[in-house]
Amino acid sequence: MVTPNIVVDYLLAPLEFGFMQRGLLASVLVATICGILGSFVVLKRLAFIGDALAHASFGGVALAFVLGANIYLGAFVFALATALGIGAISQRGRVSSDTAIGVLFSGTFALGILIISRVESYTTDLFGYLFGDVLSITESDLWTIAALGLVVLALVGAFYRQLLFVAFDPTVAAATGIPARALEYLLLALLGATIVTAIQAVGIVMVVALLVTPAATAYLFTSRFHHMILASVVVGAFSALLGIYLSYYLDLASGAAIILVATALFFVTLALTGRKLSARRVAS
Amino acid sequence: MNKALEIKNLSVAYNGRPALEGITFSVPKGAMLGVVGPNGGGKSTLLKAMLGLVRPQTGTVEILGRWVDRRVRKLVGYVPQREDVDWNFPVSAFDVAMMGRVPSMRPFRRPTARDRELVWEALKTAGMERLADTPIGGLSGGQQQRVFLARALAQEAQVLLLDEPVSGVDAPSQHEIFDLLHRLQGEGKTVVVTTHDLSCVAERFDLALLLNRRVISLGKPEEVFSPELLNEAYQSHLMVLEIGGRTVAVEDGNPKHRG
Repeated sequence: MVTPNIVVDYLLAPLEFGFMQRGLLASVLVATICGILGSFVVLKRLAFIGDALAHASFGGVALAFVLGANIYLGAFVFALATALGIGAISQRGRVSSDTAIGVLFSGTFALGILIISRVESYTTDLFGYLFGDVLSITESDLWTIAALGLVVLALVGAFYRQLLFVAFDPTVAAATGIPARALEYLLLALLGATIVTAIQAVGIVMVVALLVTPAATAYLFTSRFHHMILASVVVGAFSALLGIYLSYYLDLASGAAIILVATALFFVTLALTGRKLSARRVAS
Repeated sequence: MNKALEIKNLSVAYNGRPALEGITFSVPKGAMLGVVGPNGGGKSTLLKAMLGLVRPQTGTVEILGRWVDRRVRKLVGYVPQREDVDWNFPVSAFDVAMMGRVPSMRPFRRPTARDRELVWEALKTAGMERLADTPIGGLSGGQQQRVFLARALAQEAQVLLLDEPVSGVDAPSQHEIFDLLHRLQGEGKTVVVTTHDLSCVAERFDLALLLNRRVISLGKPEEVFSPELLNEAYQSHLMVLEIGGRTVAVEDGNPKHRG
């Protein structure tokens, strides 16, 4: 028999360790930010560009590591430069934006690999950024994540109505005098910042899953945007918590455990809401 | 200033191919103008150029006697073609109408009581208040158009530009939409509609613009829809028949959704 006391013990026991407290706090923070931005990513079909920005940030991580600079700053600068670069190249009209994305992110990712191949002693640490190592997050990492998260939250909060209008109907938003182009760039910059907060929690290779999967799950059972955001945050935070506990008790890689919990929730929701989804398709 | 729209020598090209050439016309305040012409004749482009959504090569646009700046844009309500919208987006009819208030909202601000009042009033005018909570994707084509009109009304637009509002909409809903536009005209709004429906323009609009890259004719529908002018606009793609003293126009092989 499992009594409530034993459940509480199971939940509290890992919290005796500072690294578990930090890891849980960091992953819930990251899942919250990703849940908000992820809702835009799913609806605006930005998954590929999100994945690209995550990979591109690795060049910045490696470079900052070698130079002894702040790794989050390096990652953010590379993600932002890549986002702007994609916009600049594809606006010339000679190559499509997904081609520009493909060229730029593999190039910057390769730069990161090249750098770490030259500094072998650091490679184990850097692999933590590739595949995620939320339990090695330090207090100063936590502060950086919290600060970036606050900036993202404040900006989304400030321009929520404008961002929603532009996401739903960019043409009419522009026609009514809303700076649609600037808001689209703002969204990309926020996406870059969000990705940077998440790379240590789940790893560069899996960041896009934390952006897309909880938001996609939320999309299946909500019909208003703010409900979708809220549900996406809850699903993401729950995946993060459960994933970390599983990784603690079963000795699993934490990033992978979080993502697999989120993936499982998506498929369960998909099965449960199958009818509603097809009904919505028919209606449109 | 009694002109709602004044367009002078407007020319637009896509990739070097001219879409509009030397368009010059004006529309008085409170008029209801139907823009008709063959597919690819530049009807949608004309609306987009007036809104500054495509950059003209030459020419000027004045709306309500002023250049199209941000303050003027707030007074222009635009209803785009159906294909331009993601109908699976999770927003209710109310949410869409509330978007009409966004151009007047400052960052960080939540909708005020007045914003809500304007949105409800707009939904009521459009006959959509009882479906306010319905997801936009769950509405019929005609209802979706009325929600988009409600958004333009919530915006307090004085000039309404509608791009093919009745294409893909069933006949009773088409009538409801045109009735609604008539009422709005009665309230002093200026209404510009692009459409394929010549007979509807003939019956219900006070002005018609016949467009095929150039302005073929602008005036009262009965003057504009003469066999000679229609043939000039549509060339061989429209058959104009006289049946029992009534002029009937038949467009050949038209996929209705292109403009």
